[in-house]
Amino acid sequence: MPRPFTPKVITANDLLEGDVIYFTTANTWTRHLSEAELITDEAESQLRLLEAEKQNLTIVGAYLADAKAGENGPEPTHFREDFRRKGPSNYRHGKQEAAAHV
Amino acid sequence: MYKYNDFDAAFLAERNAQFRAQVERRIDGSLTEDEFKPLRLMNGLYLQLHAYMLRVAVPYGTMNPTQMRQFAHVADKWDKGYGHLTTRQNIQFNWPKLRDVPDMLDSLGEVGIHAIQTSGNTIRNTTADHFAGAAADEIEDPRPYAELIRQWSTDHPEFQFLGRKFKIAITGSETDRAVTKAHDVGLRMVRRDGEAGFEVMVGGGLGRTPMIGKVLRDFLPREDLLPYLEAVLSVYNVLGRRDNKYKARIKITVHENGIDTYREMTEKAFALRKAEFDGTDQKLLAEIKEHFAAPTFRHGATDRFDSTYGSDPVFRAWVDTNLSAHHQDDHAVVTISVKNHGQTPGDITSEQMRVVADLAEEFGYNELRLSHEQNVILPHIHKNDLPAIHARLRAADLATANVGLISDIIACPGMDYCALATARSIPVAQEIATRFDDLKLEHEVGDLKIKISGCINACGHHHVGHIGILGLDRAGVENYQITLGGDGSENAAIGTRTGPGFSYDEIVPAVERIIKAYLEVRDSAEERFIDTYGRVGMEPFKAALYPDAAKKVA
Repeated sequence: MPRPFTPKVITANDLLEGDVIYFTTANTWTRHLSEAELITDEAESQLRLLEAEKQNLTIVGAYLADAKAGENGPEPTHFREDFRRKGPSNYRHGKQEAAAHV
Repeated sequence: MYKYNDFDAAFLAERNAQFRAQVERRIDGSLTEDEFKPLRLMNGLYLQLHAYMLRVAVPYGTMNPTQMRQFAHVADKWDKGYGHLTTRQNIQFNWPKLRDVPDMLDSLGEVGIHAIQTSGNTIRNTTADHFAGAAADEIEDPRPYAELIRQWSTDHPEFQFLGRKFKIAITGSETDRAVTKAHDVGLRMVRRDGEAGFEVMVGGGLGRTPMIGKVLRDFLPREDLLPYLEAVLSVYNVLGRRDNKYKARIKITVHENGIDTYREMTEKAFALRKAEFDGTDQKLLAEIKEHFAAPTFRHGATDRFDSTYGSDPVFRAWVDTNLSAHHQDDHAVVTISVKNHGQTPGDITSEQMRVVADLAEEFGYNELRLSHEQNVILPHIHKNDLPAIHARLRAADLATANVGLISDIIACPGMDYCALATARSIPVAQEIATRFDDLKLEHEVGDLKIKISGCINACGHHHVGHIGILGLDRAGVENYQITLGGDGSENAAIGTRTGPGFSYDEIVPAVERIIKAYLEVRDSAEERFIDTYGRVGMEPFKAALYPDAAKKVA
């Protein structure tokens, strides 16, 4: 039996800002994981990655990252993606800083 | 220190202009990321977890106050007001924007600083003893040789596409403060029959396959340095593996082919290379040496130092911990700790950069150094100026008296920044430092080097830490392995793993158990941790770390 597919989001870094971005159902990029498209089908994930990579002139290094459905949209399943979502733990820099200014 | 001539300045300006055009072409879509990446890496620009990172070289760790102030300016204008001192005498800016990087590089270029070859499969920034030119035990200042290597290796066409990165470290003392035995090539100044020369070590390195460098030549006359290095590199270029990134470093080349074969091939290549050198390098070296002439040292009474040392215990503690012997009796080498308890090791704010620049200018003959241990050094300070310097450092939160102690931890950026990391290292360092500060045990424990890496690549030098900590990802959870008995000095040794790793929450208590065991088994307060380990071995520490395992056996 094939292993069950772990849902994915597509994530990358913005070319100019360098910060973490996520691919949405509208083929746009968001700064918030919760607004990302959660892909639950393996074949679909590869097609969506190709779609995302069409925008390689403005993004860097798109890849599929494991995620799970949460109350407010996709959530990370691994601590690395959790850090990418928030920012470093020694200062309130990165996304957590942006959030504090909202 | 070395001052750029017209050629150097023009070369750097042109290089920065080229990179500016490359950035523009990436932004306008003329270059793909695959095309742009090697170009940006050649100029020190990485893309990490949350942002770009610009790694700037401080050649052999030497800089002047003007350069330090420019780092402060760059940090304020284009970054978040601080810089991170690395374990290879570089400074990293963690938050630059792509469009700003050419301006940052131009700004640094104005003061003779560049980011060339701080990444990529080239000869990297040559690191040196951070006490060079000041240490009491020095045979000769190694920095002119390091500068010669910088000029020779920068943009050297034969060595721009090596199989893998290549790191050279140099020390002018027989005491090794530059971890020369953990470098691709280590150069250690030695004397033979009254003549100074280099002991050349090859094939050292940390990372996933840690190895101590082997002696390739026990005595290399100083004038043969460049032809010999060319020979070493040319053999590596031919023999080094390009089929597997993890087998590509010279340590594997030497290991697989044997040191004798490597030596034989190097000596053959050396004979050919040597014939091609017409003495230009020696003329250049002579010019470079003039730049590194020792300052005219002020002499005079040390009464202010003596009276403050007698009356101020805080000053005394700092002097006893952070000062090293200078070749002038009335001078000292001051290590400024950038390791406040609970702070990120090696992070220095723009304000602090300006304070140390001012101190170097007012008291320190315009000289500053960075150490691979992520601290800042004022290499030449007259002892009578120390009380004033200490007061200014205190006001800037830079007077922590912990150099060489348990909280003077080397830590790589780890998963808080680095795209390669498998676990965090900074918070582990912060918590260990805070914990032992709370326990007030630091000075009692004494000389101890803890080094932490957030992945197997070992930027935090964990293999040569007396206590080494390696952060890994074990089934999606941070896990920390401990090694003991590593040593980065002239007695270089790779640490031995204690056993199973510890979770993030368990690692600080585990270190505490090691320290308690050490305090119990050491034969006196003078016996350093590393010496106790050498005497008693792993067992008492294992028993302290894994009490349940001991019970099971019993």
